[in-house]
Amino acid sequence: MERKTKVNAEEGKRDLIIMREFDLPVALLFMAYEKPEIVEQWMGTKALKYDAQKHGSYQFQTKGPNGDVVFSANGTFHDVVPNERIVRTFEMENAGFGVQIEFLEFEALTENSSRLVTHVVYKSGELRDANLKLPFAWGINMAHDRLEEIVGKLR
Amino acid sequence: MNLRRDPFQAIADPTRRAILLLLASQSMTAGAIAANFDTARPTVSKHLQILTECELLKQEQNGREVHYSLNGQKMKEIADFIEPFRMIWEDRFNKLEEIMKNYKPTNK
Repeated sequence: MERKTKVNAEEGKRDLIIMREFDLPVALLFMAYEKPEIVEQWMGTKALKYDAQKHGSYQFQTKGPNGDVVFSANGTFHDVVPNERIVRTFEMENAGFGVQIEFLEFEALTENSSRLVTHVVYKSGELRDANLKLPFAWGINMAHDRLEEIVGKLR
Repeated sequence: MNLRRDPFQAIADPTRRAILLLLASQSMTAGAIAANFDTARPTVSKHLQILTECELLKQEQNGREVHYSLNGQKMKEIADFIEPFRMIWEDRFNKLEEIMKNYKPTNK
């Protein structure tokens, strides 16, 4: 199985690094972060607002099948340098992880390949770990409920 | 299909979790595994195939029979709590790459 994306989160620290190399020219990679209609597609959420420039802000929202808001997040762009970097804040609403600062570094490797390094800084190590564990908890809870059900049937 | 290659999604399925439990203490043939379920045999085979593709199971030829056993290394990997977080970004980035490879710069 290919493992292109690397996540580095050292124990006891309050930051983490997400690294990924793409078979894309750096300009296309950057565009995927710059244009709201493209961000929406790969993030799988709606962008109510997305103004990728210094002092600009953004707002994501995802609704469930019955119209409930299941995910909302927002942030502000502090620095946007085409094909080089984005500095922005990110905060998932009603999640309790607080605001995080994201430093995104875009780098051309060859004409047709590029690398993105995202450095995420949280207010504390506890908040970082809580955020890291969220997808894990989702998956495990889901699996556990059903596992108990099936194991009950096996006996 | 993306789901089949994602071990975390694979273990989210109740039948597949039950199969992993069965194999925790011993290796078994597909037939012996299927005997533990009410589900149709081909359905169990499909689950075994998915688990094998995700490298959660290993196959071993024993004469005419194929025995399935847990791949401990892979199980350890998904026990790592960072893995689901990484998979989320892997999925997003895979999508991003696919979209941009097909991007037509006409609607700039």
